[in-house]
Parts: sequence; C-alpha cells; structure tokens
Amino acid sequence: MKRLLLSTAFLASPAFAEGELKVYHWFEYIPEDLVTKFETETGIDVTIDTYDSNEAMLAALKAGKLGQYDVAVPGDYMVKIMAGEGLLDTFAPTDLPNFGNIAPQWLDVPFDPGRQSSIPYQWGSTAFSVNRDVFTGDISTLGIIFDPPPELQGKINVLDSQGEVLALGSIYLGIPQCTQDREQLKALNDMLLNAKQHWASFGSDISKDVLVSGDAAAGMIYNGFSAKARAEGANVEFAFPKEGYVVWMDNVVLLKDAPNRDNALKFMNFLLDPANAAAVTNYAAYSAGVTGVEPFLAPEISGSPENNPPADQKGFFIEACDEETQKLYDAIWTNLKK
Amino acid sequence: MAAPGPQPQTGDAAYRGIVRPLLLPTWAVIGILMVLPVALMAVYSFLTKEFRGGVEWDFTLAAYDQFFVTRGLFGDEPPQIEWTYISIFWRSIWQAALATLLCLLIGFPTAWFIATRPAKTRGIWLFLITIPYWVNLLIRTVSLRFLLRDQGPLNEGLIDLGLISEPLQIINTNLAVQLGLFYSYLPFMVLPIYAAVERYNFALSEAAADLYASRWATLREIVLPVVKPGIIAGCILVFVPSLGAFLAPDLLGGAKTFMIGSLIDEQFKGSQGNWPFGAAVAMILMSLVLIVLLLYARAQTRGAR
Repeated sequence: MKRLLLSTAFLASPAFAEGELKVYHWFEYIPEDLVTKFETETGIDVTIDTYDSNEAMLAALKAGKLGQYDVAVPGDYMVKIMAGEGLLDTFAPTDLPNFGNIAPQWLDVPFDPGRQSSIPYQWGSTAFSVNRDVFTGDISTLGIIFDPPPELQGKINVLDSQGEVLALGSIYLGIPQCTQDREQLKALNDMLLNAKQHWASFGSDISKDVLVSGDAAAGMIYNGFSAKARAEGANVEFAFPKEGYVVWMDNVVLLKDAPNRDNALKFMNFLLDPANAAAVTNYAAYSAGVTGVEPFLAPEISGSPENNPPADQKGFFIEACDEETQKLYDAIWTNLKK
Repeated sequence: MAAPGPQPQTGDAAYRGIVRPLLLPTWAVIGILMVLPVALMAVYSFLTKEFRGGVEWDFTLAAYDQFFVTRGLFGDEPPQIEWTYISIFWRSIWQAALATLLCLLIGFPTAWFIATRPAKTRGIWLFLITIPYWVNLLIRTVSLRFLLRDQGPLNEGLIDLGLISEPLQIINTNLAVQLGLFYSYLPFMVLPIYAAVERYNFALSEAAADLYASRWATLREIVLPVVKPGIIAGCILVFVPSLGAFLAPDLLGGAKTFMIGSLIDEQFKGSQGNWPFGAAVAMILMSLVLIVLLLYARAQTRGAR
C-alpha cells in the first residue's frame, strides 16, 4: 500500500525536473514535513543520509564520499576542521536572498568569520543546573561547580567530556582557550584537581538522569537536557553564569565538489526562512540562529528559560586547538582522571 | 549407523583429504577472529598518531614512549618513569582480582549446591542462573545503578526497616563497582566449577571419611585438587573481562578515575582520540594477561611432573 502511495506521489509530483539534492545530516534532526515542503516548493528531490557524530561524518567525507553530497551539518569546531582539510566550498552572501536573516551575533563566528561556507542551523548552551530544593542561593557563577558551597559538595556531576570541562574551567578562571601560557595552564590544572574532591561523578549520558533522580544536586549539563529534566518534574534551574558559558552550534555547510551546488544554495536559503528555521527548532527543541522566528515557535520553546540566555551574558564556542597545544590539554585531562 | 569400517589411521591419504577441509572453519575462526585483529592492533600501536583520530603509516615507538616515559607537562624536563598509566593498570588489576575473589567465594558454594541436587532439578537451577544474562549488560548495569542509588529501593528498604537512618553511599564508590563486576561475571565462575563438581565422584569423599579424614581435610585434600581445573577456568573467565571492564566503573563508580577499559575507550572516541596509544595500551594489557597465563601453565606442568 505504502509503495502504491509512493509511486502515485512520484507520478503526480514534478520530481527530478529540478534535479536532486544530497544531504548528509545527523539522524532525526530535521522534520519530515519540512523536507516535503522544500520538495514541493522547489521540485527538487531530496535524499538524506545520516551520521551520528561529527567525527564519523569527517571520516566518511575524507574516505571518498566528498563529491557525493551537497551539504552537511557539522558542529562549530568541525566547520573549522573541515575548512582546514579543504572540504568546504564558499558562497557569496548575495547567493542567499535570506542571508540577512542570520542573527547578527551568529554572523561573525570564530569558526567561519563572515559566514563564507556555512549558515546557522541550531545552537544550544552548556553550563550547569542546580536542584533548587537543595540549594536556594545565588547560582550565577561557575564557582557552583568549581568551588561549590557546602550544601552541594559531593553532590555534583560533571560532563565526562574533556572539551566542555576544560572550556568551562578556563572561562571560570578567565583564561583564553588553547593557551600555551604555563602559569595559566598550571592554574587550570590545580583548580580542576582541587574541584574534583567535591564531585560525585563524571557522566554525560546520565547528566539529566542524575538530576531527576536526586543522585546529584547540581551538574554540568546541556540546556536541552536541563529542560527535559524540568519537564520530568525535577525542580532544577539552568544557570547562565556571569563568567560566561559554552555554546555549540550546528551549521549547514556547502561541501566542496557538490554535485548540485545551485540546489544546495536553494536549500540553505530555505532553511534561513524564519518559518522553516522555527520548524526545526520546534522539532529539535534547541534554538535557531535566525531572526524573526518567534511568531512561529511553539510556546513551550519560546518561553523556555533554558533557551533564552540573558542578553548581557556571553557564550563561548569550544575552540579547536592546534596539535601541540591540544597535547597540553590532553595531559591536564588525563591528570584529572588518573 | 553403517557397520564400522577399518579405523582410519593418521597419515592415511583419504583421511587427510577429509580432515583438511573439516579444519577450515577452525582455521577461519582463529585467523579472522583472533590473529587478524591482534595483528592489526599490534601494527597500529607502532604507527604515528594522526591529529583528530586515525593513523599515519610512519612507524614509531611514540605510543609506548608515552605509556612509560614522562617529560613533564610541557615536555622539556628530563625523562622519568611515567607512573600515571602504571597506576591505572595497578588499580584495574587490583579491582579485577577482588571481583574474582568475590565471585569465587559465592560461586563455589553455588556451583556445589547445584551439582549436588538430584539430576532432574539441576537443569532448573542452571536455567535460573542464566536468566538474567538474557538481558543486555548495559541495561543490567544501569538497572543496578537504579537499585543502589541514595533514593533507590535498597536504601529506602533499609530505612523503612529502621536499620539505617541515612542512605548508605554506595553509588559512585568502589563497592558499587565491585557489586557490578560480581553481578556481571558470576555465571562465568559458577558454570565451569559446576561442570567440574558434577564430574566429581562422591565415592571419593566417602572413602576419605572411612579413613577418618575430617570434612575440612576432605575438601582441601580430595575435592579441591579434583575440581581445581574448573576453579582456575572460572577465575580466568572472571578476571580477564573484569580487567578490561568499563561499563561498571563508568556507570556505577562515577567514572572519576580511569580504568584500563575506559582509558582505551577514551583513545578511540571524539576528536581527541589517539589510536596508536589506545592500541599500545591494549597490547600491553594483553601481554600482561598472556604472561600471567604462561606462568600459570608452566607451574601446572612442573606440578604435574
């Protein structure tokens, strides 16, 4: 039956008339309706292959899949890595009529200054959440995690991820990421070792679960996870600390040797339309990097405290260090967990 | 069955012609599932790390150097012995040994109990032992986390019974890791010991009793030597996977410190991975296990003489 319906749709639609688009995307990260909408509007036939990590996508493209796909959706640091590997094509702002919809703060991003190869897809924050039944004091500082008050000592879960822990630690100390300054690195190392005595566990997948169950009273967490913990009934508040917090952003990039470059640009332009960007946000529950999405957002998303950082607080992307510097950070991480 | 023909002798051409093809599956299993992966790992451990995962085909000892030698955080101090990874190994070995002992203390009486039931009911007991293992290890470990947590059934039950007033801190401790390993690998101890005890001729115990041996002497002098192969097999089957386990330390122990398993795991995930180092750690671990097994085999043959 399904096949019959599909073939009817195939006959009825002007598919292939406008060619194809090959998308390399995360699994379950774009609503089906939106893909159909794009196909109907443009007559372009979209094929989506999926991956489950930035590294898997990079490896596949380097292993010979470059030239088979038009666009991919790498995370912030991966955009820089892919550009460095020569996997990205560039476009001019005038190629995308909706280019002006990109929110100003996401235009000149460190991983793609001026947006020459990428457009924002979705973004989110990583900081920490606190169980307000346990601790009612001020939670506007990263000291809650790195120099916790007595009520929270021994009840803290931190993400089991080198990138987030070392970046938040650096933000707390006010030192730049990817520094090679010995004093700064030593200070970071000592601060983390001292903080560790107050931590109960390291875990990323469990970071929501431990807050909901009460195993942890505070924990480093992604904003989406914290919103889910709140939805599951835990009295947790997500903090946007004054020192700053970590932001991540997934971006649609134009791949080098794209077989359907024009259709790729049409697709990117389509995703910069506020209604379409909002459709992705309503599906994925993160935030769009496009202005004017508010009228199209579901109320539980537009009103969510986790999705709306205070305007005066600053988010920092995790930087991709060069190989020599990365060695130092690897050593600090091993030292923390040895 | 047809009437028995002349017994084929070794060296008989026809016999050899049949045996070779029959051995093929065995060779395929050993070759594809054992020799090939280990050889691949050995080669990778001598390759150069490619930044952000992967390898370059330049041979180097860098991975082993990283394991054994440190030159300080900034790499400009005189070389010294690197204790970081050795202490991770020591911690893992100690933990695996403890888990093995725990499994032996509980597994031996359990196996004995099952083997001494009437033949009819033994199957049911064995069946009960294996039932939990139809469920995926990850799910069982997460469930154990649920049971042991501060607000979990164990702590709440003890509080309801009035035995304790504050929840016991079990989760995120070594005790939780031990319980996890014990729970994960107990059948590997019970089943080989059961197989050994089942074959034990209980007339030997009666004979010992007739000769005025105490129960303790009978156990030590008669039973244990006879079922020893089963005990050794059980200990190896528990010790080796415990050594490389990372689910229990990560999910139950809070992942605050690396174990050998999580150290290797870390080298192969994300963009910070170091494949040659991960392969080298795995090779060092395997060599250690092999040395222990070889020493044991040697002691055995000497004892037999």
